[in-house]
Amino acid sequence: MKTLKDVPVGSSAVVAKLHGEGPVKRRIMDMGIVKGVEITVRKVAPAGDPLELALRGYELSLRKDEAALVEVV
Amino acid sequence: MGIKIALAGNPNSGKTTLFNDLTGSNQYVGNWPGVTVEKKDGLLKGHKDVTIQDLPGIYSLSPYSLEERVSRKYLVEERPDAILDIVDGTNIERNLYLTTQLAELGLPMVVAVNMMDLVDKAGDRIDFAKLGKALNCKVVGISATKGQGCADAAQSALEYAAGGRTGEVPHVFTGEVEHAIAHIEESIQGKVPQESIRWYAIKIFERDKDAIAGLELDPELLAHVEEHIKDCEKELEDDAESIITAQRYAFIQKLMARCVTKNEALRRKVRMSDKIDRVLTHRILSIPAFVAALMAMYWLAVSDNGPGTVLTDWANDGLLGDSGWFLPWSGHDSEKEGSAYAGMSWEDASDAYAKPAASIEAYEAGGGEPVEAWLEDEETGEILEDEDGNPEKWTVDAAAYAAAKAVEEPDPHDFGIWIPGAKAVLGGWLDRWGVEEGSMARALVIEGIAGGVFTVLGFVPVIAIVFLFLSFLEDCGYMARVAFIMDRLFRSFGLSGKSFIPMLVGKGCGVPAVLAARSIENQRDQRMTVILATFIPCGAKTVIIAMFSAVFFREWWWVAALMDLFGIAIIILGGIALKKTRAFAGEAAPFIMELPAYHMPTFRNIVIHTWTRVKAYAIKAGVVIFPCCVVLTLMMTFGWRFQVVDDIADSILATVGGWLAWLTAPLGFGTWQGAAASLSAEIAKEQATATLAMVAGGDGSAAANILAMFKDWGGADYKAVAFSFMLFNLFIPPCIVAVVNTFKEMGTRAWGWFAVGFQMFVGYLLALNAYQFGRLATSGAWGVWTAVAVAADLWVLWMIFRPMPKALKEAA
Repeated sequence: MKTLKDVPVGSSAVVAKLHGEGPVKRRIMDMGIVKGVEITVRKVAPAGDPLELALRGYELSLRKDEAALVEVV
Repeated sequence: MGIKIALAGNPNSGKTTLFNDLTGSNQYVGNWPGVTVEKKDGLLKGHKDVTIQDLPGIYSLSPYSLEERVSRKYLVEERPDAILDIVDGTNIERNLYLTTQLAELGLPMVVAVNMMDLVDKAGDRIDFAKLGKALNCKVVGISATKGQGCADAAQSALEYAAGGRTGEVPHVFTGEVEHAIAHIEESIQGKVPQESIRWYAIKIFERDKDAIAGLELDPELLAHVEEHIKDCEKELEDDAESIITAQRYAFIQKLMARCVTKNEALRRKVRMSDKIDRVLTHRILSIPAFVAALMAMYWLAVSDNGPGTVLTDWANDGLLGDSGWFLPWSGHDSEKEGSAYAGMSWEDASDAYAKPAASIEAYEAGGGEPVEAWLEDEETGEILEDEDGNPEKWTVDAAAYAAAKAVEEPDPHDFGIWIPGAKAVLGGWLDRWGVEEGSMARALVIEGIAGGVFTVLGFVPVIAIVFLFLSFLEDCGYMARVAFIMDRLFRSFGLSGKSFIPMLVGKGCGVPAVLAARSIENQRDQRMTVILATFIPCGAKTVIIAMFSAVFFREWWWVAALMDLFGIAIIILGGIALKKTRAFAGEAAPFIMELPAYHMPTFRNIVIHTWTRVKAYAIKAGVVIFPCCVVLTLMMTFGWRFQVVDDIADSILATVGGWLAWLTAPLGFGTWQGAAASLSAEIAKEQATATLAMVAGGDGSAAANILAMFKDWGGADYKAVAFSFMLFNLFIPPCIVAVVNTFKEMGTRAWGWFAVGFQMFVGYLLALNAYQFGRLATSGAWGVWTAVAVAADLWVLWMIFRPMPKALKEAA
């Protein structure tokens, strides 16, 4: 299963499915990460985590743990 | 009953700017009942009966975060007369997601699309009429930073509030979901308020237990409804909550296609914000940029000649002090003809007069007998040295006294525009009214009432400076990047990147540090940050460190750095240990954070933000701190028969110190002096050194007297006692001002006591270790308390290094 965590910096992927449950999953969805949206991985923080993403015309920061819940194609 | 308009919107949508514009600086800041989420409201300018209620910045109305629960509880239960929903036009897709949820509440709503100046600049177009039709509410364009359209938006909201909601709530979902929702609406008909029936129906569909908890719906009815939901989930192959969320975004995407035209040609040009961000969050370049920001902060709030220190000194010693201050740039050399100080600066003249002044003071205190006089270093209390490096003392007899009296005293008015300090002015008034020096009334007014007020006011400059800087960092968008950069590090001990700033601020002053923790949304992290941030030795504690280093640990130059390291270690280990307790356990709060576009904050916004904070501090904190300070100062100044005491040993504080001495006995200073000094340090930490000097008595310099006192207490182990006393006063709960704010920020009294209890435990244990093991090392003596220290240390180590308790792991 390929997740957002595996997307190399500078490239994009389309969300296929969200894993996980409860508050974290809802929070990820609330921020616009739902099936079908295209996400670009822009950057990684100096310490290697979290990630900086671009989607729906804005920037979002997500830890790798959370990015691993987002299945992409 | 006036009209209430709720202001709702995403974080970073310009909500605060709009709120400031609509209400001016006339705002009330508090907490929502029972939680530490900021509650702000204000009156609409020009309307005495219209209240604007600022809701927390939120992305959704889900039941999961505190801010969201607070907001929806307010909207559903209080039912304001209208909602003014602010939407960031440059980020409209995600912002409208909240709008679709707000629309379901069935309240009159006006959508204000903000940042239209930036939208126009980017060449994008938004069709407000179409958007309004689709959302069934009025949509207007505004630019809050420029003040354009804000009043009109508020006016529209007012008209809508008067008219009530008309028409239907927009249907954003697909056929099968709308079908299920229609079924649910039908079955709850009459059981919920008609105007918000769709809100409840959707919440039931989402299985949002929190939203429907108060309705007491029939379980049978819910079971029936559940079948519809299950059918829907089966058909769409997803869970209900995800279906709703995904379909909201699908609806918005369609809406965007119809109502928003993006200028693709302009879009391809790299935005300014992206250019800045390339540097500020670059893997390597981000570090020097970050260090530069830290140094700016440090210089502003902490450094010796930075504005924070200069202004605080000016406020305490000049403006509110018992002498006075020169108007800036008015200082000049004395031009008074015939004066001994002609051509000298004020500093030189004061230095020249220091010795005669010391002679006069010593002789008058000695009651007519020849006495020794000397000059002391202000910070360390040591006798100043002469040219040969020996402590310089001289004898003052009647003749020398007369000679000193004959020396002209420099008059500050000759050296510039001299403004007397508040205490000096107050003293002058009391003189005029015949209130004599040393009388009870005078002590009551000057030491008690004025002292208490001035303690509270003395913090204002540093709080204002820190908040000016913090609101700049927050408004311009860099704060989110700081959290982004520091997150990895702070997560390893259970905090998030956002805890970093309060701890940095804590180096300067614990009070703004505790207040700054507000920017952390997750309540667990916020509370933990409040508990831990004041362990970093603040500016006032640095005075204690400086005095003890000079008197006791002269050869240990690293003591000051060690105290900072202790503070950092307590934060790290304390964080790790707290995370393994029931109160703080659970998964690290997800770090799902928007990185807002950079923009230049408006001056007005920053000033209002700072002013609101300072006002809230001065009013709310003052109410508690002022009486505490008055009581403590009076205890120091008065004896039991309410007479002014010359010797602090006769004061009430000395007696109370005596009662508490058994508590500090295991720490090596079980004396009334030690306990009283620690107690007085709660007014302000640096008071510990002044009180020590007062209670030490003796006839040497302050430093020598204190040294003698500690030798008297500890014998050969006096260094262990001194180290223990220093640690105790550095790491027990901070001064009363910070403690009061800790209570406020922790939300409930129980949490406040938890924080103070934790801090007390840490400070006591550190001091216990220092004395017990210091004594063991120097004189080999030990006792019951040594064993207690060992046991407590082992317990603490276990709390830090034990594996995560199983029960808590499962709960998480």
